[in-house]
This record gives sequence, structure tokens and C-alpha cells, in this order.
Amino acid sequence: MAANIAPASRPAGRPVDRPVDRPVDRRGILIELGGTALVVFALTVSLVGFHIKDISGGITLDLRFVDVASAVAIALVVRGWTILMRHGYHRVVAISAAAVAALLVVSLLFGGAGVQPWLPFKAELLQWLLAVLSAGFAIGAGLRISRDGRSGVAGHDGAALDEQDALMDRVGAHVQRNSLWIGGVLFAAAACFPFMPGVNLQYLDIGVLVLTYIMLGWGLNIVVGLAGLLDLGYVAFYAVGAYSFALFASPDSPLLQDLGLTEGISFWLCLPFAGLMAALAGVALGFPVLRLRGDYLAIVTLGFGEMIRVTLLNFYSLTKGPDGISNIPPPSLLGYSTQSKMDEETLQNTTEFHTAMGWDFNQADTTILLYFVILAMALTTNFFTVRVRKLPVGRAWEALREDEVACRSLGINPTNTKLTAFGFGAMFGGFAGSFFATRQTFVSPESFTFIESAVILAIVVLGGFGSQIGVVVAAFLLIGLPEIFREVQEYRMLFFGGSMVLIMLWRPAGLLAHREPTIRMHGRKGRGGRAEADRAT
Amino acid sequence: MTGPANGHGPGERPLLTVEHLTMRFGGLVAIDDVSFQAADREITAIIGPNGAGKTTVFNCLTGFYKPTVGRLTLELEGHPPIFLERMEGFRIASRARVARTFQNIRLFPKMTLLENLVVAQHNKLMRASGYTVRGLFGFGYRQEEEKAVDRARYWLEQIGLVDRADDDADSLPYGDQRRLEIARAMCTEPVLLCLDEPAAGLNPRESADLNDLLTFIRNEHRIGILLIEHDMSVVMQISDRIVVLDYGRKISDGDPEFVRQDPAVIRAYLGEEEEEDLPDIVKQDLSTDGAGGAGALS
Amino acid sequence: MYHVAYFLDQLINGVTLGAIYGLVAIGYTMVYGIIGMINFAHGEIFMIGTFVSLIVFLLLGLAGGVWLPLAILIVLLAAMLFTAIYGWTLERVAYRRLRASPRLAALITAIGMSIFLQNYVQLLQGARNKPLPPQITGGVEVVNTTNRAGEAYAVSLSFLQILIIVLTIVLMVVFTLLITRTALGRAQRACEQDRGMAALLGINVDRTISLTFVIGASLAAVAGLIFMLRYGATDFFVGFLTGLKAFTAAVLGGIGSLPGAMLGGLLIGLIEVFFAGYFNLEYKDVATFTILVLVLIFRPTGLLGKPDIEKV
Repeated sequence: MAANIAPASRPAGRPVDRPVDRPVDRRGILIELGGTALVVFALTVSLVGFHIKDISGGITLDLRFVDVASAVAIALVVRGWTILMRHGYHRVVAISAAAVAALLVVSLLFGGAGVQPWLPFKAELLQWLLAVLSAGFAIGAGLRISRDGRSGVAGHDGAALDEQDALMDRVGAHVQRNSLWIGGVLFAAAACFPFMPGVNLQYLDIGVLVLTYIMLGWGLNIVVGLAGLLDLGYVAFYAVGAYSFALFASPDSPLLQDLGLTEGISFWLCLPFAGLMAALAGVALGFPVLRLRGDYLAIVTLGFGEMIRVTLLNFYSLTKGPDGISNIPPPSLLGYSTQSKMDEETLQNTTEFHTAMGWDFNQADTTILLYFVILAMALTTNFFTVRVRKLPVGRAWEALREDEVACRSLGINPTNTKLTAFGFGAMFGGFAGSFFATRQTFVSPESFTFIESAVILAIVVLGGFGSQIGVVVAAFLLIGLPEIFREVQEYRMLFFGGSMVLIMLWRPAGLLAHREPTIRMHGRKGRGGRAEADRAT
Repeated sequence: MTGPANGHGPGERPLLTVEHLTMRFGGLVAIDDVSFQAADREITAIIGPNGAGKTTVFNCLTGFYKPTVGRLTLELEGHPPIFLERMEGFRIASRARVARTFQNIRLFPKMTLLENLVVAQHNKLMRASGYTVRGLFGFGYRQEEEKAVDRARYWLEQIGLVDRADDDADSLPYGDQRRLEIARAMCTEPVLLCLDEPAAGLNPRESADLNDLLTFIRNEHRIGILLIEHDMSVVMQISDRIVVLDYGRKISDGDPEFVRQDPAVIRAYLGEEEEEDLPDIVKQDLSTDGAGGAGALS
Repeated sequence: MYHVAYFLDQLINGVTLGAIYGLVAIGYTMVYGIIGMINFAHGEIFMIGTFVSLIVFLLLGLAGGVWLPLAILIVLLAAMLFTAIYGWTLERVAYRRLRASPRLAALITAIGMSIFLQNYVQLLQGARNKPLPPQITGGVEVVNTTNRAGEAYAVSLSFLQILIIVLTIVLMVVFTLLITRTALGRAQRACEQDRGMAALLGINVDRTISLTFVIGASLAAVAGLIFMLRYGATDFFVGFLTGLKAFTAAVLGGIGSLPGAMLGGLLIGLIEVFFAGYFNLEYKDVATFTILVLVLIFRPTGLLGKPDIEKV
């Protein structure tokens, strides 16, 4: 992929390190730098400069002025580079940024003792970030030098952004066009993953988690990416699914006890039921609110998510409130139960298919089964989405996203069409919720906060609205990486928020967003023609 | 389609009857007791200065506004009359088969031309796909989809854009977008086509193409066309009947020759003084009017 | 007599809570009026206001005893200043470039900013609840009666509540004058109507929008200070629910309408307190959201908003 998109780099033809013919306004630059320093100082002096520390019997303040000073210094250097870039001193920026990056990396790799712990970040992480930022500046300046050398004209500022945008467009288009084999490779990798050497239980668990979020991302993508309805309460359907499942599957559930049952109902029966309940919840919520304009709808769905959570928390007779419902059995396959998470005694007493067959039973097998269950569920979601895009209802979703008034004029019932999108999205959320319940063996309201909705939304936004592979990549970045590198866990949400902002500023449609037509008249030019176009996402 | 012609010449049977249509926004009376008829297989134009209430008539007709007072009746041969004022917007399009275009083009900009035209056949395809259930597993839907593509191809041929079928709609030049919007409306197989300023922003050549397209639709597809227009070269050449609105009231109604001579129309366009050389001046007056962009209620 | 007293007690609580919601709601409604976006991060600005107030209080405490009214004035001004800078930066960094983008892009950015600010404060100041000892004590007894159990039940209007109500009224008057009588207010109203035209007439649109954020943030800071004084504790998460409820208040009053925001805030405060006091404490948030949904469905223009005719 990378080979396809990297711009052919040619040697710089002639030196370009000279100011562009633009008078350099020294006073303006000073004001700009001063302003930056002042704003950063004012921003940091309060919240960074003073730390409210708990002491016995109250609180007191800790002073952290070094941090403020470093923040101002960093801001000044970065702003300085931006100004230099703007005035055409690319070489100065390239060299100094590269030097700073190199210095930081060297100090990180070999000791790094000389650097004070800065800001709230552990010194190391901030240093890495700064190193990456500096490297980014160096590379940007370097690219500019080589491009100016090529064209002989020093480009102006806006060009760089357009260029990056066009580049990402090409990447997105490539990914979409080749989604068939990229998807195939990903699938093969996912299927082989549990059996690869070096994959231990911990990695397998992370795999299960990432797949759960991929499924949630794909489910939400139906609502947000295809139908263009911003759903900030997606976790509500996840919760409805999880609780519907738990209430029927767990022997501890108050509902089953009321019904006089002592054993939970099987996973494979509860799963469709939970999906159905979530879909119904989606339709029930959607019906009154889907007339609302986009941003109002978003806030109402958020409110709905909170309402569900508060209700779960307080409806003690059904949900056991904050105590949650425990003892949810894991799925079984052909009697091959994965009850390892239950106590030993239960295990001893169960005679199942696998004991009869004399198979050994261990923790890894349990997780492997869970892994394949969620893989299958996620792939079903994906299959559905890819398929439904080519059906009238999928096209109507996209058309509604583009222009609702036009849809009405063509006889498309906007409310019903949106309801189906909402219902389907909710259904997959519900399925994922069932899986969550069975994997955790325990559900409680605190798993279903707004933050969870925001995480799923961040995956969709980062991956690109409507991009199936984008969701996979984003789930790896946002869920997988923080799980593998535990140290950065703390900064995960900070990074989520920040990346949502940056991506919206840079590419409002999402990182890998690229829309392939759902139907073609002439086939794909210079390629395999209609048959291939039909199969690809 | 409206069924085979059985002895009726064009213009004899009213397709749409508007009676006492009144629309108020708060205290503002946008349309005041307007009645007119539009006949099957005819082109009826609604003209009038900016703010005369033309688009509001359209919006009432296509269900975007609920009229304050009035009856809008659509009569088809062999069907009971349909009362549009009681229907929701999307039902007017799907059941009564009244299609419309918009003053500010409303295509699906990021979808291809073909997709735009296929979406217009949504209801038919929905049924064919078994309301998605059947379609999901791929039974029997492909044929219907091919038919839909054929219809789309037919209309793309009529507007000369077959080659660009797989391009995004927003990549088309302005004039082509206008014609694509008409093609999209035709893909819903309407009995009445409502066009809101189809010639706005077109150059004379494109305007002439548009005339041909509208005449073709009337003659070959035998449906009624209702259009709002500022461009007198379009109106006078192709309309069979003209309704003139001013300040929300109907001031004249008749064939182009009659309206051209009607003193009430001349007053509305030129003020109280009467001029001899009307058509040219009207043309001039209207083109400057139209360039200013229409207000909310035009 | 007890019932009247209880009612009075709830009324006073409701009004003080309503003052907080109203002050935050103004920020939502002003931003919505001028650039048509829901500034989802505004609740976080309020949260930052509570933290800045707390820090300045602690600083003054460390500096030695300051005469209380002076201390409160200093905290008020400092909180307004430092919080306003966050509001300004928020607009400058995150929203300015998105003015022409679709609403949803702007909303997602705002949500991102909200998550970012929450975690920024959490990382800087820790996740634990930060208490502030009561600063203003004492009050005037209004009613003295006994409750059903025969115990003494006194309703008093504390000096703190008097301060809150006076402060809110003063600010709202100043703010209304600012919008209706000054050049800034005129510029702002012009930008609300038509930004392009305002720019052509020589209004500095960027500056006007920046100032809107600054004003909104400083009012949120005042709400933050009131919150600190009234409830005596804050954490990084207080902005989320307060923000949502203030937004509900803005919608209830009619989004875009300034008197509406004040009225809506007052109503939401009263509804919340009375619902909790008379019906059910646990579901009071559900009650607020239900109001939000009902208003949006049945009267999207709110109580005092202007109708929004759909143009096609």
C-alpha cells in the first residue's frame, strides 16, 4: 500500500533555502510569538501551574511552574517553526527540527536522565510526542524543499494541506478498491491469529476486545456512516443487548427467578433475542426523535443513553442496580462448554461433549472459542453492511444523508428509512452487548457510560465514515495499542478526544473515507469490470 | 403512465385543479385565494415577479407546506381523485406521483449519476427486494435492478450524459445538474412534473436544450408539466397555458398570446405606465430580476 | 405550615440551581445563535471555571486572610479571566476552521474537545473529588415550623443564596445591556443574521465570534464559582451533566434566545429540584432528559425561540 502512495521523491534541483519575495514583518512576527507565549502561559498557569493536592484533612496547592515554563517554551518553538515555514525558510526548519527530534530520540533511547519530567505526562511519553512532532516538521520542510526544487517555485502555505488531503484521498480510494484482498488478508490473519506462535492468553483477550469494538464500530457505521445520523447513545443498545442477554442467560437473574427457572437459557437462543430487543429499543427511541435535525438528534440520543443507564442503575428489582447481574454462562458449542470461568466444582460435575470425547479443557480453548464467536459476529455485521449498501434501503440511507428534502420529493419515506437504519444499527449493538455479557460473565450499569459511546464514535470517525477497513484500523489504533502498551492507557481518552478534533479539522469525512459507487453502468475503467465492482466494498 | 389516450386531445382534461389555495405564515399572506387548473399533456407555466408566491404554490402542491385553506385535486383517468392537501410530502411523490425539482438544485452530490437515478426508483425496488429481507440473500432482486438501470440509461441518453453515469453528481456543470434533476424526477414515473425555475442560470444554448427536453417529455411521455420560470424565452415558446401571480394573487390566466396582451400583467411587471414593446422589456426586466436571487416566498 | 415551608425551601434551592444552569445556558445559546453549532465542550468550560475558582480560593488562603467580599471579588474576576482564555482558545483552535463545515463535523469536534478537556483536567488535577470548605455561612431565617415528626424545621435564606441570586441578576442585567446597547452587541446580532453581509459592512466577524466565546466562557466561570460556593466540591466530570442540563435549558427556552436561556435555566433548576423533592431523587436526570426530548419533538423552537421555516 505504502509503495503505491508515496510520492516519487526526486533530488532537489537547486538550492531553495532563500526567503520568498515577501517582506518579512519582524514586528508582526514578534507580536505573533508574544501572543502565543501569553496565551499558552495564561492557559497553563492556572490548571498546570497549581496542582490541588489532597492532604490529610483537606487540600492544598502544589506549585509546578517549571511545567508552565516548558509548555511556553515548547509552544514558542513550534510556533517559530510554523512562522519560518510560512516565510520560506524550509531548510532552517528542516535542520533544526531534525536536530531536536534526533536529540530527543537519543536521550530517550540512551538514558534520558537529563530531561526533567514535564507537564502531567510522564516525561517519556511527552518526549516521544515531541520527537514525533519535530520529526513531522522536519519531514514536512524536507518535502517542501524537494517539491520547490522540482517546480522551481516556492509554493504558498495552503498548497501543503491540499496535497496531504489529496494524498489521503488516494490512500482511501486504494484501500476501498482493494478492499477485497485487503479484507481477505485481514480475515486470514484474524483466523490464524489464535494459533500463531507467541500468541498467549493475554494477546488473545486483546484480540477478542478489539474484535468486539470492530463489531461495534461496524454497527455504528450503519447509523453514522451510511445514514448520516449521529448517534451519541449507541451504548444504550449495547446495554439493552447485554441486559436482555443477562436476564435470560444467568441463573442469578431476578427475572428468571421470578419465572421460577433455576437455569439460564442457552447462548444461541438468548443471542437473537437480545438483538431483537435492542432493535426494538432502537425503533422505539427512533420513532419520536428521527424527525429532529441532525445535531438535535445527536443530543437526544445522548440523553437516551444516559436515561437507560440511570434506569438500569435504579430499577433494582429487575437489574439489581449497581450490583449488576453475575454468573452469566459463556457460550457452548456442541456441548463444548467454556465454563472455565465458573468455579472448579461446577466443572467437575458437568459431563459435556468434550469430556466424553476426552478432550482437554483449558483457559486458552475458552478464549479461542470466544474469539471465533466474536469474529463470526463481526463478519456477519460486515457482510450485512456491504450487502445492504447495494440494496435500495442502503442507497436510500445514503441519499437521506445527502439530502433529505430531495428524498421526500422522490417518494422515500424519511422516517421509516431512518428507523430501519437505527433499528439495524441497534440490533448489531445488541448482539455485541450479548457477547460482552457472556465474555465478562457479569454486567453492571457502569460499563455503559457515555464514554463508551464516545469511544465507538471515535473509532468510526477516525476510520472514516462508511469505511469498513478504516474501522478495523481505528479499532487497532484506539483499542489494541493502549491494551498492548499499558503505560499509555492513562492518556487513551485524551488521545481519543484530541484525535477526533484533529481529524475533523483535517479530513471531516474521516481518515480513510472514500466512497465507491454502489452500482456502475460502465464497470471500472481499466480494471476487472462489473463483476469485481460488485463484490468490492 | 396515464394510460392510452382515448379520444381526448391534449388540454381537455384537467389533471390538477387548485381551488382557493391560501397560505399564511403568521401574519404574512404568501398566497391569497389562488385557483387554476393544469391539464394533462400540457405545459402550464406559473410566472410572476419575485415574491409573488410561485414557489410557495409548489411547496403546497408537493407537501412541503400544509396549505392554510384550499383544495388541491389530482384527477387521473379511471382513478378516484386524490386530494393532495391531506397528504404527506413523500406520499404525494409515491402515491399521487407528483414529482418535482428545486430552485436550488438538490441532487445527491456525492452519489453517482446512476445512483441518483436508481434512488429515484426506490419504492419499486424496495418491493422487489422484499423490503430488504429477500434482497439481503440475493433472491430475485437482480432483474428488477437491471430494469432500473435500463430506465436510468434511457433518461441519461435523453439528457446526453450516459458517458458520465459513474461520476459523482457534483462533478457535473450547472446546466447538466439541472437536467439530471429533471431526469431523476422522471425516473419516479410521475403523472405531473413540477419544475421550479429549470432554466435559472442556464446559457441560451442550454435553455434551448431544456425546451427540447420538456417538449419531448410532454409529447412522448404524455404527462402534465407545471413550471415556474423567469426566462420568458422558455415560457413563451413551450407553455400551453400561463398563470400569472402577483403579491400572492392570480392576476391572469390563459394561453401565452392572451397573457402577453393582458393589461394586468403589463402593470404587474412594468408598473402603471404601459409600454408598447412589451415582450423584450419583460425579458429584460425579468432577467435582471432573476439574477438577484429569489426571496423566501418567491 | 410544614408544606409551605418545604415548598419554600425547594423553591430557594431550585432558583439557585437555576441560576447556574441559566448562566451556562447563555453560553450555549449565544454560540448557537452566532455560528449555529452546539458547543458541546461548554460544560467543560464550566468545569474549568470551578477548578480555577477553587485554585484561586486556595491561593488566597495560602496568602493569608483576605476580607471575604474582596476575596470573592478576586476569585470571580480571576475565574472569569482564566476561563475566558480557555473559551477563546477553544474557538480559535478547534472551531474556527470548521465554520463552513457540516454541522455534524463541528459537533464531533466539540465532543472531541469535551473529552479532551475532561481528561486534560483529570490528568493534571487527579480524578478525586476536590472539596472547598464553606466560605460564606449564616443566613436569615424565613420560616420556622415543625415537620411531621414534630422536629423543628427552619427554612432560611442563607447569605450565600442571597449572594448567588444578586450576582446572577446583576450579571444578567449587565449582559443584556451589553447585547442590546453596545456596538459589540450590535455586531453580534448582525453576525447572527448574516455573517457574510456583516463582514461586508466592516464588522470584524472573527473578533465578534471570539468575543462571544469569551463572554459565554466568563459567564460559565461565574456559574462555576457559584457551584463551588454552593456545593463545595468539584471534579473533572461535573461539566458533563451540568452542560447537558444547561443545554436542555437553552433548548427549553428557545435556542438562540438570550432571555429564553435564562428562563429555561430557571425552569430546569426548579423542575429538577421539585422532581427530586416531591417525586423521586434517582430519576431526576431522567426527568430533565425527558423534557429535552419532549420540547424538541413538540416545540423545537422552545418557549421564546423564533420559528424556523423550512426553505426548499
